[in-house]
Amino acid sequence: MAGPLPEGDKAPENGMLSASETAGSESRTFHAYVHIPFCKDICGYCDFNTYTATQLGSLKQSDYAASLISEIQFSAQVLEQSMVAPRKFSTVFFGGGTPSLLPATDLTEILNSLEQTFGFTDSAEITTEANPDTVTREKFEALRAAGFNRVSIGMQSGVQGVLDTLERTHNPENVSKAFEIVQELGFGTSLDLIFGAPGETLEQWCESLEAAISLRPDHLSAYSLIVEPGTKLARQIKSGELADVDEDLQAEKYELTEKLLVAAGYTWYEISNWSKSEKLQSKHNLAYWMGQDWWGYGPGAHSHLGSVRWWNQKHPLSYSKKLEHSLSPAAGREQLSEATAKLERVLLESRTATGMSIDELEELEHGAKSRIPQLIADELVDGAQAIKGRLVLSLKGRLLADAVVRTLTN
Amino acid sequence: MLQLTGVVDDRSMRAQYLDRMDIERERGITIKSQAVRMPWAVGGDVFALNMIDTPGHVDFTYEVSRSLAACEGAVLLVDAAQGIEAQTLANLYLAMENDLTIIPVLNKIDLPAAQPDKYAEELANLIGGDPADCLRVSGKTGIGVGELLDKIVATVPAPQGDPKAPARAMIFDSVYDSYRGVVTYVRMIDGSLSPREKIQMMSTRAVHELLEIGVSSPEPEATQGLGVGEVGYLITGVKDVRQSKVGDTVTTVNKPATEALVGYSEPLPMVFSGVYPIDGSDYPDLREALDKLKLSDAALVYEPETSVALGFGFRCGFLGLLHLEIVTERLEREFGLELIATAPSVVYEVTLDDGKEVTVTNPSEFPGGKIRKVLEPMVRSTILAPKDYVGTIMDLCQTRRGVMIDMQYLGEDRVQLRYTLPLAEIVFDFFDQLKSKTQGYASLDYEEAGLAEGDLVKVDLLLQGEQVDAFSAIVHKDKAYAYGVMITGKLRELIPRQQFEVPIQAAIGARIIARESIRAVRKDVLAKCYGGDISRKRKLLEKQKEGKKRMKMVGRVEVPQEAFIAALSSDGEKKGEKKAK
Repeated sequence: MAGPLPEGDKAPENGMLSASETAGSESRTFHAYVHIPFCKDICGYCDFNTYTATQLGSLKQSDYAASLISEIQFSAQVLEQSMVAPRKFSTVFFGGGTPSLLPATDLTEILNSLEQTFGFTDSAEITTEANPDTVTREKFEALRAAGFNRVSIGMQSGVQGVLDTLERTHNPENVSKAFEIVQELGFGTSLDLIFGAPGETLEQWCESLEAAISLRPDHLSAYSLIVEPGTKLARQIKSGELADVDEDLQAEKYELTEKLLVAAGYTWYEISNWSKSEKLQSKHNLAYWMGQDWWGYGPGAHSHLGSVRWWNQKHPLSYSKKLEHSLSPAAGREQLSEATAKLERVLLESRTATGMSIDELEELEHGAKSRIPQLIADELVDGAQAIKGRLVLSLKGRLLADAVVRTLTN
Repeated sequence: MLQLTGVVDDRSMRAQYLDRMDIERERGITIKSQAVRMPWAVGGDVFALNMIDTPGHVDFTYEVSRSLAACEGAVLLVDAAQGIEAQTLANLYLAMENDLTIIPVLNKIDLPAAQPDKYAEELANLIGGDPADCLRVSGKTGIGVGELLDKIVATVPAPQGDPKAPARAMIFDSVYDSYRGVVTYVRMIDGSLSPREKIQMMSTRAVHELLEIGVSSPEPEATQGLGVGEVGYLITGVKDVRQSKVGDTVTTVNKPATEALVGYSEPLPMVFSGVYPIDGSDYPDLREALDKLKLSDAALVYEPETSVALGFGFRCGFLGLLHLEIVTERLEREFGLELIATAPSVVYEVTLDDGKEVTVTNPSEFPGGKIRKVLEPMVRSTILAPKDYVGTIMDLCQTRRGVMIDMQYLGEDRVQLRYTLPLAEIVFDFFDQLKSKTQGYASLDYEEAGLAEGDLVKVDLLLQGEQVDAFSAIVHKDKAYAYGVMITGKLRELIPRQQFEVPIQAAIGARIIARESIRAVRKDVLAKCYGGDISRKRKLLEKQKEGKKRMKMVGRVEVPQEAFIAALSSDGEKKGEKKAK
């Protein structure tokens, strides 16, 4: 079951943006997120906006590409009428749900529409997520030919028992098979892992990490499991069927992740992301943390342009209905005040390995600078980097990032 | 009685008619005395009966004693299902001291559990006479009430007093009413008072004009005056209840009396507690609420105080634990405040080595350094219980440093135990313990019994080296360690983990007697943003920051107010339930 959308203001039906809202867009890069809200089954922990065939009602998956293409055209029209100078997409990310559940022809059609409408920059990063059990050579050959150049495989765990707890449909063998296919086809590779499934031991997590590392992906994401209210997992924990997540053990698992990945030659660039080299960092992922502009296509997708954030109608049916009537599919929007924008910058940029300039931080949050010595003393902030003028979290600080941000923005 | 005498018609009647406060009706108790006048005819003559309904609880003994001093007779009501309680004895004693005619009555005889024969026997043993003289009534069904009224007329002497003498009226209560100002309740001893007359308070010599004079029957009813023996009320338009002091004598300006009536001694606060608003910005409201409450509760005393843990509040003095509970509940209910009260403490007289004497009402102000002696208030307590519980009660009193005075059987199976106990041992949770250890059968009453020297020490609580004043306690030396272990353990459970390890220590002076520590939190970060949903993450952070604002800072340690509140409630569960309502 998908979590709720944020509370915000009413979004205008024409989707228009004012000049002040989009000010400075020429200095920001532009990114596309494409949401594919379909899954064969819904995993117990998942609260993303995704639906099984039976949950879709009268909507057909085969009509979905057409809806997305309508929104792509709508977005071009809005930006043009809002006098935003045209920009090419630096990255495109197909996420879900399960993008690989759509036929390659549909995915190709959507990608082509994006390219024809906006164009892609020369080294554009074009990623799709994939479930290990939906990866076939035939399909991914087609996607490679269509222009996709990076695949993020939802491995989640290398231990069958843990995959069962998470209610994943794939098995560890699928992962290596899928990985070999996409690697051979010349895609950039990333593996997604989740740590902290109920009952997962430190040894099992170690086993998962070793399995992932042995495939030598370009990039790795390791996400701490969050028990979202309303999910089946939350109910299972509440009823006592499954153990609650032990946050101390989670911390140990994160520390182990850092240790093993560093030993294998990976470097962190954001709290949950590591890559083999700077070049192999996910540019799309970084765009979120660095406050760039992106348009999120699809039901429940979030967009950010200048000082506005908005989010689309959650259900695919109401989403496509809006577009059929040439209306903005947005369900709500949020105008970021100067103070909110400042808070977001600290919140987001401090999560990256680049961190943020302390002088700039002080400009955003008056008084933040004076709190840094204590944060260094508590080993939450890297002292050597601070001396060079940058706020970068230490390993301990990464685990307490939210607490550090609260301290800095007190 | 109200129904039978016709002052309240059947339609308006409800249980506890005279208990006006919600809190009285909910708890089934009387806190404020209420006067009422009822007509009753015997053999063709109509008599005016003036009755005062008084509280029974030990905390309000002063209220009872004032009322009794205004009367000629007393109806001693005993619950026919529960029998004599310790407070019955206390009130009976007061009535006998005042030479009142006592009419023993067993009430609630309609209850299936009533044992009127058994308790009539007990009552007869206490006051002498025949068990058959004890009236049996049911306020609910009305059985025996007529007989009771007849008996009052027959046995209670008519008021003595000189109707021609200068007016003298004894003030036995004075209440602030937001519409009418101060309402003064008086009993006419000599002479009479009439409307529009100029009256004088004999102690202050202050002169007021009588705007209204009347009787309660039981709603206020203006009359043409009050004559000898009558009980009624006066309204002068005065706004400050202190202008109308309980125990003072009212006379007239035109024909003043020369000698005042013997008044009452002011009740002294026995128990102190710090009362703080949960939301610090409510402090001015709390002050205003206390000022207002003081108008109708002369026994309440308070002065401003500041606490590291709890912010700005007031140190309040109460007559006892029930009084404390009632005042805080009234503040919360009638003034919409959310409050936290520190553990109740008593007044200590401390003599320092240099001979200097200090009175301590707040444990955190207990002097450091060399102390020659500490005097603590003692009480003489009376406990009544079925005989099976004697052992249990003796154990409890023993652990509370009690010294037995005597023990005697009241009937076949009921025992009265008398103990001298330090008041401090009673104010904590003695009554709750007594009740739970005796399945609710034991009752307790106590009276002041002077001061005694005690081997007492102050235990401080340190959070990361910082003293948290609200948890300082003055305890007997032998119990200091147990208190230290208890309070450090409790706080360890209640204070959330911080970004660093937090030691919690209990100390006597510089000596640490107990230590716990709160492990540092290791993870406090959200992994991911859902498809670029930054708003959700930011809102979560804003919520966390909002929560942080409600934290009290002790040094660098952030403590949620709730943790202090939970740690301060003597028995977490019971208090928690109440708060949850």
